Amino acid sequence: MRYAMAIDTLKCVGCSDCVVACQTENNVPHGYARDWITETVDGVYPSLELEFRSERCNHCDNTPCVRTCPTGASHIIEGGIVKVTPGKCIGCGACIQSCPYDARFSSPEGWVDKCTFCDHRIANGQDPACVEVCPTHCMYFGDLDDKNSNVSKVIANRKWKVLAPEAGTDPQIFYLI
Amino acid sequence: MKEELIVSGRMNLNIDPVLHIWHWQIPLYLFLGGLAAGVLFFASLYSIRNEEEKYSTAVKIAPILAPIAIIIGLIALLLDLKHKLYFWQLYTTIRLSSPMSWGAWVLMAITPLSFVWVGIHLKEVFPKIDFSQKFFGTLYKMFTKEQEGGVNWEWKFGWLTKLEKLAIENKKMLAWAILLASVILGVYTGILLSAFNARPLWNTAILGPLFLVSGLSTGAASIMWLSKSHEEQKLFSKIDILLIVIELFFIIHLFMGFMAGPQVQIESAALFWGGEFTLYFGLFVVILGLIMPGIFEVMELNGYHIHVAIPALMILVGGLIFRFVIVEAGQITRYLY
Repeated sequence: MRYAMAIDTLKCVGCSDCVVACQTENNVPHGYARDWITETVDGVYPSLELEFRSERCNHCDNTPCVRTCPTGASHIIEGGIVKVTPGKCIGCGACIQSCPYDARFSSPEGWVDKCTFCDHRIANGQDPACVEVCPTHCMYFGDLDDKNSNVSKVIANRKWKVLAPEAGTDPQIFYLI
Repeated sequence: MKEELIVSGRMNLNIDPVLHIWHWQIPLYLFLGGLAAGVLFFASLYSIRNEEEKYSTAVKIAPILAPIAIIIGLIALLLDLKHKLYFWQLYTTIRLSSPMSWGAWVLMAITPLSFVWVGIHLKEVFPKIDFSQKFFGTLYKMFTKEQEGGVNWEWKFGWLTKLEKLAIENKKMLAWAILLASVILGVYTGILLSAFNARPLWNTAILGPLFLVSGLSTGAASIMWLSKSHEEQKLFSKIDILLIVIELFFIIHLFMGFMAGPQVQIESAALFWGGEFTLYFGLFVVILGLIMPGIFEVMELNGYHIHVAIPALMILVGGLIFRFVIVEAGQITRYLY
């Protein structure tokens, strides 16, 4: 089992519904976000290209955050989901320093918080909250090992990219371009 | 020209707009850890070489700095933790892939060793000092049998006497253990940073040796400053000059690596070459922290009279600023996508 997500940058309009859905579903502390919208403008006026991306933890295959964690609070659960155990986390910030995507933050209680792929929803057979609310249906979630899952099908048929592949983390969120 | 503008809707505290999760505590700790490593390295080295009497400051007096530096450093580290009450989780596991984990364990080993080392030399260092007052007096009374009119180094507790005897009998072994632990501690202060490949400025293997040499240099400078023997001052002045030259070479090496590296490392180097850290690094670290004290030491060896405190202080301050600059600048550097 390998959970992954594909996000269609051609469909995303940057409405931030995914951000609000995540904050509501996971009771994310006020002022913090586990997922966010990035907007890039590329080119020289007047021929510019705009891209919207809904970003979050990439649940990488090669995880620097888990490697550098001194206590084992950062760990990988079934399906390749990277999680943090609050009772083991000392808040040293090593995982925050080691993430090329800056996807982690220090919660007001002190432990490090991040996207969980809504594993509590997956366990009930539901999609993560961000995927479920997306009004343009630009996000696909599923198991990469299953050839018939939504995510497998869409990345087999479309061109895609991952973020900062040169960082060597082998990210598992695919952006359809 | 291709232009790219990135706008992100994220505003997490200490993460955005630029990463700043580590504040003053970490560079201060890296400095104190390096200083302790340097002082203990020379103490154990000259003890192993049977030159205890010749270089008595290095072996017996300067090591007193080590436990003090380590304790202040540990307090700084604790202050840096955001989930402080769980700090003991560090000692429930050994994770070799995490430099912070084995750093925590090395500290666990070297802290008591440094206390033992200082303890077995106390009698010689303070044979007659009057401890009858305030802080030191109270501390002294806690551990030794009271005696009127002077210092009596008889421990109050039997286990302390036994520990002291054991340590003196196995002093060679103790010295070797401290030598090894001090080198690991010195290298670790650099490896801690270089393990983070997400921060291109830190992600270079030269940082380990560079921090070790810088730590040894601050250690040698402190010994030089504390020493009253001309011969010892001269030796540590020479050692320090050598270490400064090696450090300058490593710094050049560091930037050569960046210049030949990927885009993100070229941009990291630019922070020091015309960027916002040029003044701090170029003036305070390289010129005032390395080159000038080096020149002063060479002049001193050639007969000019320069007070030993001047180069020593410059090296210590330079070492401290060096760590602040590297930690602050490193957090700014990142992969762009």
